[in-house]
Amino acid sequence: QDIDDVGHKYCLELELEDVLDKGRTVSCTAEVLYHLGSSSCAPDVQVTVQGELRSTEGADEEFYNRIRSLEKELVAENIPDSHGNVPPELEPIHLLAWVASGYVSWQNSTENTQFHLAQVKHVKQVKRNDEDLQFDFVLLLHEMVSQEVLPWQVTLLWHPQRGARVSQ
Amino acid sequence: LQVDLWQPSSPFHMVRGTVADVRVPRDTTRSLLPYLQQANIPYTILISDLQQAIENQTGGRSHRNRRSLSGYDYEVYHSLEEIEDWMHYLNRTYSDLVHMFSVGKSYEGRPLYVLKLGKRSRPYKKAVWIDCGIHAREWIGPAFCQWFVKEALQTYQTDPDMRRMLTQLYFYIMPVFNVDGYHFSWTNDRFWRKTRSKNMRFHCHGVDANRNWKVKWCDEGASLHPCDDTYCGPFPESEPEVKAVAHFLRKHRKQIKAYLSFHAYAQMLLYPYSYKYATIPNFNCVESAAYNAVNALQSAYGVRYRYGPASSTLYVSSGSSMDWAYKNGIPYAFAFELRDTGHFGFLLPETLIKPTCTETMLAVKNITLHLLKKCH
Repeated sequence: QDIDDVGHKYCLELELEDVLDKGRTVSCTAEVLYHLGSSSCAPDVQVTVQGELRSTEGADEEFYNRIRSLEKELVAENIPDSHGNVPPELEPIHLLAWVASGYVSWQNSTENTQFHLAQVKHVKQVKRNDEDLQFDFVLLLHEMVSQEVLPWQVTLLWHPQRGARVSQ
Repeated sequence: LQVDLWQPSSPFHMVRGTVADVRVPRDTTRSLLPYLQQANIPYTILISDLQQAIENQTGGRSHRNRRSLSGYDYEVYHSLEEIEDWMHYLNRTYSDLVHMFSVGKSYEGRPLYVLKLGKRSRPYKKAVWIDCGIHAREWIGPAFCQWFVKEALQTYQTDPDMRRMLTQLYFYIMPVFNVDGYHFSWTNDRFWRKTRSKNMRFHCHGVDANRNWKVKWCDEGASLHPCDDTYCGPFPESEPEVKAVAHFLRKHRKQIKAYLSFHAYAQMLLYPYSYKYATIPNFNCVESAAYNAVNALQSAYGVRYRYGPASSTLYVSSGSSMDWAYKNGIPYAFAFELRDTGHFGFLLPETLIKPTCTETMLAVKNITLHLLKKCH
């Protein structure tokens, strides 16, 4: 849908698949508005999820407590490694990195880009005084059209109940 | 007398009455042990042959180098050296079916090896060309080329389709097209894509080997900037790797009936054109071959591939090997984009090599058998 003087609006029907529970799908609809002269401004996105997302409360609490009880801040790099391996204990970090990469993709998307997280180059946990977990990421994002793989720095805050937020 | 101190960490920590561990080369023991005896320093030999102890411990890893078809591990990624050793081994051991040769040298001087597979059953046989690893970081490509060869050698006696394929056709397999880039992705930058040629004016290296072919060169979908990942090069066939393979394919253009190039990732089976939105003359044949191949692939594990002309299915790009092969008279020109669709992307885990290769084999066999049925 072309909206004069504003931009291009796309109405999408999507099926989400749970990466950790393949075969489990949820439908959702989305409206994406790419603004004219787009490169300065992230597209507007509205999403409605039809149905329920699986509860991850138990795993969330376990991960949260494990990280909180670490003596030294977590530091890791190259997730997955060159051969595609992810140590099981770093899998939740990998998933949080996906969330962070979603933010970066959204902020930088135009009608001519397609981003994927190529690798978590580096992640460092930063201890906080409040209840959030903080992870400073260097993410490598692969852009399909230009084929470039470029690093992006993102700081992600996460809490089992409050969810994930990108810190500016 | 020099020793390698293993314990304590420094001579300053050596104190009377405590234990010190040292490592010496074998010849040094002839002087060290008498010295210790004379000085009344008691000693015990903990490891009498360190090399042997190391080999025993890393025995699990030596499968990478073991020199037998059944010993070579096709479910791990192999370095360039390992792949070359493997080719040499097959060339020696399966000389009735395999002939290894070189089409030229890479920018950094490495040989560009190709395996010619097939029974020498009749004087003139048509051929299929398969290359993998045009883009360095797409490791699943070379993994598939190796898998294909393995399947061919292991099953041609028991599988009637494979027997037909190797009897009626030759297969030219180039397991690693971009040898310099592949090596670089192992040693320096896992996400390297291009070749490793040096640029005169900029500090950037390399040309996109799939934008360097002489077909609508450097038009849309390629970059003139040397630092970009889709850099088309200073001129067509500027890259020795591209020039060498183009020369070979030109020379054998009457013989070669199919060109298959393996890339990652997107899960697609693509045919010409990449450089424009237009229908190829033999669309009906190629499209039905693609349709059947994708269905065959899906029959293995349910994995869905999209298929169609590259320009509308993936993106517009110019100077690609597939378009060039087609323009040069090869009726079936395909580019595969193997697994996955972005979850692991280039870092496809080794555990997924087997399913990816197994399903892809079905597609390749399907295309080959379609080719033999003479719809061109």
